[in-house]
Amino acid sequence: MPRDNSIKKVLVIGSGPIVIGQAAEFDYSGTQAVESLKEEGVEVVLVNSNPATIMTDIGMAHHTYIEPLTLDFVEKVIAKERPDSIIAGMGGQTGLNLSCELYDAGILDKYNVRVIGTSIESIKEGEDRESFKELMERTNQPIVESDIVTDVESAVEFAQKVGYPVIVRPAYTLGGTGGGIAENEGVLREICTQGLHLSRVGQVLIERSIAGWKEIEFEVMRDGAGTCITVCSMENVDPVGVHTGDSIVVAPAQTLSDKEYQMLRSAAINIINSIEIKGGCNVQFALDPNSYNYAVIEINPRVSRSSALASKATGYPIAKVAAKIALGYNLDEIKNAVTGKTFACFEPALDYVVLKFPRWPFDKFFGAKRKLGTKMMATGEVMSIGKSFEAALLKGIRSLEIGQYGLERKSSKTRSLEELKKRVVSPDDERLFDLAEMLRRGYKTEKVCQITKMDLFFVDKIKRIVEAEEELKTMSVSDFTEQSLKYYKEKGFSDKAISNFVGCKPPEVYALRKKWDIMPVFKTVDTCAGEFEAQTPYYYSSYDTENETRISNNKKVMVIGSGPIRIGQGIEFDYCSVHCIKALKKAGIETIIVNNNPETVSTDFDTADKLYFEPLTEEDVLNVVEVEKPDGVILQFGGQTAIKLANFFDEMHIPIYGTLPEQIDEAEDREKFDAVLEKLGIKRPKGKGVWDVEEGIKAAEKLGYPVLVRPSYVLGGQGMEITHSEEELEKYLVEAFEKDKKNPVLIDRYLGGTEIEVDAICDGEDVYIPGIMEHLERAGVHSGDSISIYPPQTISEDIKKQILDETKRIAIALKVIGMINIQFIDYKGELNIIEVNPRSSRTVPYITKVTGVPVIDIATNVMLGTKLKDMGYGTGICDIPGVVAVKVPVFSTEKLPRVEASLGPEMRSTGEVLGVGYNLENALYKGFIAAGMTVPKAGSTIIATVRGKDHEEFVKIAQKCSNMNCSFIATSGTAKALKNAGIDCKVVKKISEGVPNITDTIRSGVVDLIIDIPKKANDTNSDGFKIRRTAIESDLTLITAMDTLNAMVNVMEKNINKDKLDIFDINADMR
Amino acid sequence: MKKKVKASLILENGTVFNGNAFGYIKETVGEVVFTTGMTGYQETLTDPSFAGQIVTMTYPLIGNYGINLEDNESDRPYLKGFIVRENCEVPNNWRCEMNLEDFLKQHKVTGLEGIDTRMLTKLLRQNGTMKGIITTRELTKSQIEQKFNTYTNKNAVREVIKDEPYFINGSGTHFAVLDCGIKSGIIRSLANRGCKLSVFPAYTSAEKMLSVDPDAIFLGNGPGDPLDLPEVVETVKELIASGKPILGICLGHQLISLALGCKTERLKFGHHGGNHPVKDLASGTVYITSQNHNFVVSDLTEDVEPTFINVNDGSIEGIKHKKLPIYSVQFHPEANPGPLDTGFLFDRFIKTVEEVKTHAQR
Repeated sequence: MPRDNSIKKVLVIGSGPIVIGQAAEFDYSGTQAVESLKEEGVEVVLVNSNPATIMTDIGMAHHTYIEPLTLDFVEKVIAKERPDSIIAGMGGQTGLNLSCELYDAGILDKYNVRVIGTSIESIKEGEDRESFKELMERTNQPIVESDIVTDVESAVEFAQKVGYPVIVRPAYTLGGTGGGIAENEGVLREICTQGLHLSRVGQVLIERSIAGWKEIEFEVMRDGAGTCITVCSMENVDPVGVHTGDSIVVAPAQTLSDKEYQMLRSAAINIINSIEIKGGCNVQFALDPNSYNYAVIEINPRVSRSSALASKATGYPIAKVAAKIALGYNLDEIKNAVTGKTFACFEPALDYVVLKFPRWPFDKFFGAKRKLGTKMMATGEVMSIGKSFEAALLKGIRSLEIGQYGLERKSSKTRSLEELKKRVVSPDDERLFDLAEMLRRGYKTEKVCQITKMDLFFVDKIKRIVEAEEELKTMSVSDFTEQSLKYYKEKGFSDKAISNFVGCKPPEVYALRKKWDIMPVFKTVDTCAGEFEAQTPYYYSSYDTENETRISNNKKVMVIGSGPIRIGQGIEFDYCSVHCIKALKKAGIETIIVNNNPETVSTDFDTADKLYFEPLTEEDVLNVVEVEKPDGVILQFGGQTAIKLANFFDEMHIPIYGTLPEQIDEAEDREKFDAVLEKLGIKRPKGKGVWDVEEGIKAAEKLGYPVLVRPSYVLGGQGMEITHSEEELEKYLVEAFEKDKKNPVLIDRYLGGTEIEVDAICDGEDVYIPGIMEHLERAGVHSGDSISIYPPQTISEDIKKQILDETKRIAIALKVIGMINIQFIDYKGELNIIEVNPRSSRTVPYITKVTGVPVIDIATNVMLGTKLKDMGYGTGICDIPGVVAVKVPVFSTEKLPRVEASLGPEMRSTGEVLGVGYNLENALYKGFIAAGMTVPKAGSTIIATVRGKDHEEFVKIAQKCSNMNCSFIATSGTAKALKNAGIDCKVVKKISEGVPNITDTIRSGVVDLIIDIPKKANDTNSDGFKIRRTAIESDLTLITAMDTLNAMVNVMEKNINKDKLDIFDINADMR
Repeated sequence: MKKKVKASLILENGTVFNGNAFGYIKETVGEVVFTTGMTGYQETLTDPSFAGQIVTMTYPLIGNYGINLEDNESDRPYLKGFIVRENCEVPNNWRCEMNLEDFLKQHKVTGLEGIDTRMLTKLLRQNGTMKGIITTRELTKSQIEQKFNTYTNKNAVREVIKDEPYFINGSGTHFAVLDCGIKSGIIRSLANRGCKLSVFPAYTSAEKMLSVDPDAIFLGNGPGDPLDLPEVVETVKELIASGKPILGICLGHQLISLALGCKTERLKFGHHGGNHPVKDLASGTVYITSQNHNFVVSDLTEDVEPTFINVNDGSIEGIKHKKLPIYSVQFHPEANPGPLDTGFLFDRFIKTVEEVKTHAQR
């Protein structure tokens, strides 16, 4: 059917903040959908609470609302914009659920909005547990049998029916406590009895165990005429038992015969046909490795993480095609954008291997429980493309930026074989390396397969890499012949890995490669394995014969992306990279992007003129440079990943646009930077690097407590603490030096003032500041985790002037060309500088949207040599809008067992939302709601446990709550403080005081807000840590900083009526 | 590093690819084609339609799940050579009974691995199908020329067919099958539906086939150019004249078309793979099909109409006679390898025959 012309205005719902399990992939699919709809002349209305996305850019959709993704606010958007249609499947689970809620609440009917694409009825059939069961029965598809039981006998009866082993999962306990696998009746009785006891509702789910089966996914599409295609099959290298988001995934499936493959493919198609999907759908199967038996695990009737991966793995733009199908087109009417000739109605053929690796946050959360299971823990992922499994695997490993270039890992090497065996059976993030270590020590390959249930095909490939590594170890660099070096390069080893194993420096290997002309070629990802001529400029490297890149004589610039999403380096940097590309394109320059993150917009093949899907290491990036010979590279937008490459580029004499490496170094090296500040007469908190405990204590005495302490060798606030007394400091220092004697600990005076942040653009002469942002939480909370307010609310004009002045002087002194980010503290009217980043920062998308200043566009042009004043941006600061916009951080801590949940100097948030209002409280209200927090109403019950030194401040705030008829439950110390101030409160036992204690009260569901202001973070044995974990695991709003609490109480006092709040179209309403 | 036997592929246009030999190591000449199927190498290897050809797999990892004794499409491979980017030495699958290399050795098929298969594919796409030699020695120009000049695939059908007819019992529709190199998949697709099959080798006379009093005639796939089989086309004409329903797949479809006065022509590099979209002109539905052909039916006569077309290049993928019960398709509804989406065509075929039968009995 051709396009349905009655569709004129479509509402697209985004997926909200980045959290574990819902990351940048939905910005990619959402952006594609919006553009695909616009291409067809549709007026697009977009709602998404996440300001860091490309999709929420000014001018992307026709009307963009960065508002909370709740029923009320989306209804407001519908009432205001009156779209005629809504597309449900573009915003992940959030968008899907919200669409269903809008439908169920009758809002879609009320405003005559029809659902295009897959219908709500179809969605529900796939999503609801019961109807899914029915659907599978109707389509004759096997599922994993399960039953909910309330007594042990029923459990035993069920297990007898389906056979052992069975999995027992108690209902409503978190992190699977009390569950387990029962191999026989005796064990089942034991686990079940315990599970029933632990479950709040006395229920356990009994499920037939399919652990160890192959996990296979299909991405399928169906149009309104019933034509179905499968875009891609994917196989998890880790069998069933590890969440697919935490598994190494390979595309296409590697170990299935055609019979097995077609059996599952047909099943996937039958399923989507019978629920009448119109668009994309993901179907997950478990396949018995020893028979044709299989089970459908789940289906996702929407775009997903897997569909983003499938799109990047094949070149087939699933979201784009799904949007066209929603408009009425059939698959054979949609052009294949890759070939430009064939149609979207075909199945991509791959002539390479794609691997996806999860990126876990355990480098930041070292206390976390790292065991992988059915709940996803990875924050991001990388994808690698190679001609062989080994080459793709090695590319993937070096893309992760975990200091690995091969399979030999320090930590694995120290483990005994017994220990390794135990670890690979119960996998964590190091399984691949542990497994490789076992093979290295001669442990039997078949046995590894047996205990891990991993397919021999994969284990054998890993073994081959290990064997090659061992061969290399016996060689020296002079042993290489042209043939042997070529062999290892074809295998996929990087120069760095080779040099590590043979014991030389990477440039020596590089020199040999130059001598023998062993250079990679670039192959095209074309959806059709070379069968048709392709127009896609999408490449990956391979040591092969024919190079396929077509090199132009145009002026061209290479942009280095930011790699996998991790704590501290999120989607914001992809936003910056994409905007840089857009600006370059606008300037008539050919653009080249190098990146390895499949979730992103930057790795969409039509973002840049050329896409190289490659690891972001020196060697891999150099390969691209040597083929493309760009006029220069831009590093400022790819976060630390790109900045890290600066010195290398300098050494290789590759021109860098923007601030030069020497200056970058000046800003990042503490001593050099101190010298710059000294010269400029700009203040920073006094500090000292110390080498032992005694020296530290002396230094602190001089500086005065509290002091900020951190190890000198880490970035991103890791291991940073504020110590208030000699006792605390001593404890910290003893531990720090025990861990590492070779590096100093930095001790700075801690200034508990207001933190202020600016992003500025400097052209070497002038400096332009789009805006000053004020942090709600005082210094001590990582800037990425504090609520950021624009325009600033409490900063004096004097300080603002001073900020402007100092920013300008620093930028000029550091010879910044392009972006600079500076953080200040306003401590009792005195401005101190705490950090300078000579690159684009995480606040850039936020400040761009709230000020309307095209920050990246300007910065890119500055880097190309245009002066600020010639662009109409002189010196100074952008005008301030008539609204207040707050950026509120969002955490995924509930998904990461044993991770600290309080705010502190270490960054922990994964994403952010925006709240916009005519005043601060309205903006904060929206920000809190959008971040999933509850703003308590008058009369709420609040549980509080506050450290002694904050009692005075707390009591003042508590008084306000008390005036609003809120009641308090507190632990003894806090209760005493409240009672002394005449505030009534119930005392609750601390955990150490027996049961029922504070955690039981939290779990009981009577509490609306939990306040826990900790003395010390990261102490997993402390009461506070357990209270905070209980709070977030019970999905309750937890506040851990006095300033956040104060702000929330101020919002409560306003008694905001959400029905009366305005919504803002950022395209039009912000000024 | 393991020692391997170096070997190269020499193409008609002079291009040489250097790689390693595997399987049965012997010089071989053939028409070089590629297939884009990512699974199903065993079915491809044993598909008689590839007789005389050197088949290149575009998917780089081949042999991953080994070889079993169930998935063969004929008694043995008839192809001249097998080119892969990487041959899997340690395959794994619950049905795996031997590995690819041993299978090739057993059946004397020369394998070549470690070449830039994508570059080769693109060359074939741009220049059209070419002859090629896989060799482990240096060949002189005249040796090469001589090899190319003496290569012919005109007798491919004779090489793949059995000497004698064979019969499969069934209680359903009785098909007289003309075997020009028919895949077991087609035979199984019919037999599994209860059909009774009398399978005659190509070049059997129409008279002999009709002597078993079949309900219908079935022509399956096979190797080579249909124009090299004028005797068979004559036989098909006689079969048509008998008034029996006639059904065909692939080469069978081409032979029926020729017998009906239509033409066939060579495609530049053929359709080989399991991802070809084909549109059913009656319903508008598009199916993903398995295909393996170098020739295509063109210039339909007045009595013949197209039933399916290829979505990518618009070529004819199926025909029917406007008056007579004659139906054929270019693609492979039996799959093996490839998608099972059009398996229903066998039911449709059988239903058509049954309807004709009932009608005749009335």
